[in-house]
Amino acid sequence: MNASTGAAPEYHGPDRWFRHLVSLPALAVPALILGIVALLSHQALPSLISQGVGFFARVIWDPVHKEFGVLAFVYGTLVTSLLAILIAAPVGVAMALFMTELAPPRLARMASIITDTLAAIPSVVYGLWGFFILAPALRTYFATPVSKAVGGWIPFLKGPAYGVGFFTAALVLSLMILPTITSIAREVFKSIPRAQREAALALGATRWEMTRMSVLGPSMGGIAAAVLLALGRALGETMAVTMVIGNRGQINLSIFAPGQTMASLIANEYAEAADDIHLAALAEVGLTLFFVTFVVQSLGRAVLKRYTHK
Amino acid sequence: MKNRSQAKTILLALFSALFAMAATAQGASPIRILGAGATFPYPLYSKWFSVYQKVDASILIDYQSIGSGAGIRQLTEGSVDFGASDAPMTDEQISKLKIPAFHIPTVMGAVVVSYNIPGLTKDLRLTPGLVTSLFNGEIDSWNDPRLAASNPGVALPDLPVLVAYRSDGSGTTAIFTDYLSKISPDWATKVGKGTSVNWPTGQGGKGNEGVAGVIKQSEGTVGYIELIYAEKNGLKHAALQNKAGAFVHASTAAVTRAAEGSIATIPADYRVSITNADGKESYPISGFTYLLVPSEMPKIKGAPWIKFLNWAISADGQKEATPLSYAPLPPALARRVAKTIAEIRLK
Repeated sequence: MNASTGAAPEYHGPDRWFRHLVSLPALAVPALILGIVALLSHQALPSLISQGVGFFARVIWDPVHKEFGVLAFVYGTLVTSLLAILIAAPVGVAMALFMTELAPPRLARMASIITDTLAAIPSVVYGLWGFFILAPALRTYFATPVSKAVGGWIPFLKGPAYGVGFFTAALVLSLMILPTITSIAREVFKSIPRAQREAALALGATRWEMTRMSVLGPSMGGIAAAVLLALGRALGETMAVTMVIGNRGQINLSIFAPGQTMASLIANEYAEAADDIHLAALAEVGLTLFFVTFVVQSLGRAVLKRYTHK
Repeated sequence: MKNRSQAKTILLALFSALFAMAATAQGASPIRILGAGATFPYPLYSKWFSVYQKVDASILIDYQSIGSGAGIRQLTEGSVDFGASDAPMTDEQISKLKIPAFHIPTVMGAVVVSYNIPGLTKDLRLTPGLVTSLFNGEIDSWNDPRLAASNPGVALPDLPVLVAYRSDGSGTTAIFTDYLSKISPDWATKVGKGTSVNWPTGQGGKGNEGVAGVIKQSEGTVGYIELIYAEKNGLKHAALQNKAGAFVHASTAAVTRAAEGSIATIPADYRVSITNADGKESYPISGFTYLLVPSEMPKIKGAPWIKFLNWAISADGQKEATPLSYAPLPPALARRVAKTIAEIRLK
């Protein structure tokens, strides 16, 4: 608003204090992030020097012979997170649409309480459930039959199915990020004025056309923001993933194969990393995770911008 | 108004009660000793520390089981009074210590080769060569003739071999890969030994419970876990051929035998591996777990701490080990360790 008048804003008395009060945390977060990058770079220095650029191009993790490469873990992180979004985004948006547009109010309220509860479950519980119940069930009733039927000619579905692996991890992740997508999408849909829906109906639109034109259309920016937030959580999730991904650093096209993510590798090896170069390599993985998250979020933001500033 | 003053009185009463509690706690004031390290001996150590309260209430030992590597780092930084590790410290780690530390072996543990093969009537018997071939992926089916050769009369099914290893860095992996490196020169050069190694094949489970879970869930899986986890989960484990050529089942007694078999070769600093030990009854995959104790301590902490260490390696302390599936030290070794404890200087 001040921009339109061209004058610099003036603050007096309590306004001034309030301004300081809110700008402090706003500045503290970027400072904290810079601090993290600086600290990680410092710790990763021995590895940056001895492993060189090869660190980002190698598929090997051998603490005994001190050869480290992060590529397999970048692959694991991206594959599990993107698969999780592919599963959770349509389901979450559909759930939000059901709650705001179709369900009777009482049912909608109950459904929203239940989905929000999903967000409160500790990740270790997701992990244990995934490992002891979901993984064996997936192997027996889904992965093994599917890979036997079509795995021969679709490399993404090739066996053998271990039960744990990229797909199981993605499925558990998708459950964990579902409440984020659902509740944000729900709030976005709710914020659309009733008149807009009625206008579409008055023009003779069917229920689906009305939903598409006056609810989904204007909400795209909000949905994209919800997906970005969920993606952030999926990229960094550690505990649940490590229990169901199989913990093998490899690039394997099959989604049923075991893999490993950056966050899970760090959690696995940090406590027992005996020598300095191993610790430094783990810090460098942390640094890589930081930049991968940064790049993915920036790409997401670019997409978001396209939707909101048409 | 009235309600307010009532609330004040209640608050006041609460605060004074708190102060009184703090004051009495101060009065007793036991000496706190802080330690951190290996997770493997944690159940025994916490049992020890609680039982020892009845012996000597003037000392309170806090132990955080954060992993051997992290325990050694904390000891190096001086943020704990003692560390604990399953693998002995490396020369590089020792060189970083400001105050030299003693390795005090407390008990021993066994690592077993556990498997899930349906319909097996007898326990598997594995030679060193077979253990290596299973874990480096050379044998990929359970009906491999090499397995049949050392398991006569056992109907092994046509089932793929799946390998499960520890994904988290661990002393268990260190002991197991130390064994593999001793029995196979090929393994020693290609993979080597350590708390985390680059496994040629298989999938990783987090923690002993994770590997035990993988074995339990998937038919055809073979993995290595600590003895107690195999027993707790009702998992079968193989009889292994030891250096003397006998097939031995893992048990706390067979582990104590392994330590007895190696006693002549145990150096003064106890930094030794007892895998593939001599002796007909020795179980081949076992190792010590150590407390890492600074060789110089302030008197106020050191005196009760030394008393505790002596109790831990005495018959009173060692008798707590077997029920928890740890192997007690052979008495001859415990006598040697007592001499080492006596070398801790108080200032």
